[in-house]
Amino acid sequence: MNPALPASHRTAVTRRSALKLTMMGLAGTAVGAGGSAVFPWLAKGRPGPYRFFTDAEAELLVAICEQIIPRDDVGGATDAGVIHYIDRQVAAGMLREHAPTYRRGLEAFRLTCLAAHQAAFTELSTEAKTEVLRTIEAARADPAPWGEPAQDAFFRLVVDHTMQGFYGSPRHGGNRGYLSYRMLGLDYPQVLGRNKFRSLEP
Amino acid sequence: MNQRHVNAVVVGAGAGGGIVAKELAAAGLSVVLLERGGWISFEQHDHDELFTRLQLAYGPDERHPRMAQTTPGQWRRVISSESGYSNNAACVGSGTVFYGAMGWRFMEQDFRMRTTYGVPENSTLDDWPISYADLEPFYEKAEREIGVSGDMTTNPFSPPRQRPYPMPAFPYNREGRMLKGAADRLGWHAFPIPMLRNSVPYRGRNACIGCRYCVGFACEINAKNGSHNTVIPAALATGNCELRINVMVSEVTVDERGRARGVHYFDGQDQAHWQPADLVVLAGGAIETARLLLNSKSPLFPNGAGNRHDWVGRNLQGHTYCGAEGHAAEETYDDVGAGATIAISDFNHGNPGVCGGAMLCNGFIVTPYSFTRVRPPGAARWGKAHKDFQRRYFKHRLEVHGPVQEIPLFESRVEVDPAVRDHWGIPVARMGGRRHPLVLEIARFIAAQAENWVREAGATDIWTRVPTGLQGAGGQHQAGTCRMGSDPTTSVTDRHGRVHEIDNLYISDGSLHVTNGGFNPALTIMALGYWVGHHIVQDWRGGRPR
Ligand SMILES: Cc1cc2nc3c(=O)[nH]c(=O)nc-3n(C[C@H](O)[C@H](O)[C@H](O)COP(=O)(O)OP(=O)(O)OC[C@H]3O[C@@H](n4cnc5c(N)ncnc54)[C@H](O)[C@@H]3O)c2cc1C
Repeated sequence: MNPALPASHRTAVTRRSALKLTMMGLAGTAVGAGGSAVFPWLAKGRPGPYRFFTDAEAELLVAICEQIIPRDDVGGATDAGVIHYIDRQVAAGMLREHAPTYRRGLEAFRLTCLAAHQAAFTELSTEAKTEVLRTIEAARADPAPWGEPAQDAFFRLVVDHTMQGFYGSPRHGGNRGYLSYRMLGLDYPQVLGRNKFRSLEP
Repeated sequence: MNQRHVNAVVVGAGAGGGIVAKELAAAGLSVVLLERGGWISFEQHDHDELFTRLQLAYGPDERHPRMAQTTPGQWRRVISSESGYSNNAACVGSGTVFYGAMGWRFMEQDFRMRTTYGVPENSTLDDWPISYADLEPFYEKAEREIGVSGDMTTNPFSPPRQRPYPMPAFPYNREGRMLKGAADRLGWHAFPIPMLRNSVPYRGRNACIGCRYCVGFACEINAKNGSHNTVIPAALATGNCELRINVMVSEVTVDERGRARGVHYFDGQDQAHWQPADLVVLAGGAIETARLLLNSKSPLFPNGAGNRHDWVGRNLQGHTYCGAEGHAAEETYDDVGAGATIAISDFNHGNPGVCGGAMLCNGFIVTPYSFTRVRPPGAARWGKAHKDFQRRYFKHRLEVHGPVQEIPLFESRVEVDPAVRDHWGIPVARMGGRRHPLVLEIARFIAAQAENWVREAGATDIWTRVPTGLQGAGGQHQAGTCRMGSDPTTSVTDRHGRVHEIDNLYISDGSLHVTNGGFNPALTIMALGYWVGHHIVQDWRGGRPR
């Protein structure tokens, strides 16, 4: 697990961390097979543990987000739970209007990648992934699978939502443990108070 | 449903509307104040950046679409969270609930732009029918009643003032102190930004504690001053004013004798109401006030109330922002809000060969998600480069910018869309036209000064921000669509905000601005609110609007 997460997140098998295990492919089958009693949302006949995305869509989106904010000495999009932010908000939150865009965009993305590399995006090397994303960002991929959304617009949308999930308030599902605030060296909760303010005066 | 007749109905509880409602109620008129939004409280959003940026937190909601111009002659339907909407807000207080709260007076020259610069080709640049001196006592009233912290003693370009600010200025933050030293070395005259925010406890409200979250957020401790926590409560306390929220005004009725009779509106359950009144004041903001007049057709005014000469909706202006930013070796970020503390007025006027100018100031704290949009042209938006940029720059910014005074154009305008209607079936506003090409020249000049300033303060890797296109007048600082003037054939209201030919119909918001100054406009809109209110009361006592 990611050492950048606070201990509470590392140990407790919260619904979130179980989902994360699933999407990282570490515990997918276990949860998928026996999980419906323990994880009631699985019993709804949905294809996966996400509220909106199928397992396959989520796997692809996680891989894209990981390139948008990669892990280095600080955690990246996956560690911050960006997929949960997007999934939750697209399913029934602030981004719900983008649901059809995600469905169509991820499918077009998958086809683009298959046509260019004869492989799934998740199986590519980091260099190849970056190349695919650069091509789509610049709208240089074969436009055939892309109607609405256009490839570059779709990529900009995913970049923006990844940023929201990484830097926004944790209450919306991302920025787990204020990971990005810690990266920027911002106090959270912020230090409020007149003492700090007054100290500025000559 | 017919409502009880009152003396005055005021449409819109924002900056201008709240003040007029209070002035009339305090003078003893019975007033109904109609607002399409509701009350906002800090608890609804906390310090949640995404909620305030993405959630239509302050309105208006999806029921209020507009048409934004894509290319000349083409429009697309947008809601308030989308670009091109030119949103301010829809709630009690409107933008004054969550604004940055800079409280600027315009300068003397800002009221006589034509006299100062002549009329640039194709423009409708003009002088105001009132002078700075006319408005000065009303600026002072706004500064005292709403509450401004400031100190202009080090600004030789400050217009003359009768009295000092009611509260001391805020101190410079760390970035401000670096910029102060640089301004001194450059021979410029830096001063603290006047703020509609309490530096000390004021009129029963708290002093600011310098938290990180100011612009874009309602104040947690009520230290930021808008119409919602000053004049509107004062109006209600007179017992003469009733505020109705979540009501959408659709039309002003003007009779065959050219008198306003009242307004039609829909309540929160979409029920239609008729509110008769002796006089009507429109304060819906520069876009909605123009829309309302254009939608108020009558036999006497078939093209909309006050629109006999086709000036309603014309001259839509905002501000063309430009600036410069770079990296400072030492940390500039001290986590003390609001962040914007220092300004200069050296380049508002008197710039050789340039038609106007702007003040320059440092910026408000940009919270982490919003900061992902702060990038030099061509910078990578994602990948490791994104993260590296966030880490390198977030606490090391040196940034100044300014609102360039725009040059009004007749063709830059608000119309009503012939086909698209809102939730209630009211034709929506559509914005069109462009900005005057001279504005880009001014912006390049101002950005060059901004660059000098941050360089002198120690910035490296500097980039400037100058708009490239001319599209999109309006925005948060929308103004100018019902300009005041002495000639009824080239303006919409007289010098007191009374619509030409409709003796009992007044306007009190940013629409009145002939030009929009090189400063944020709210304090001027507030001063005009007191000015218009004062003259309505005078007219009323003289027996005129009845
Ligand atoms: C994020 C932000 C930061 C800002 N920072 C600053 C700053 O630092 N300094 C500054 O000077 N200015 C600032 N402004 C701008 C300032 O808020 C506006 O200039 C000012 O509020 C405009 O005043 P107004 O009276 O013209 O209109 P508004 O204050 O917008 O009031 C109009 C009101 O009328 C209501 N209304 C409209 N039509 C109808 C209708 N048909 N029926 C019922 N109600 C209606 C609207 O809902 C609204 O509440 C900022 C604005 C924003 C959004």
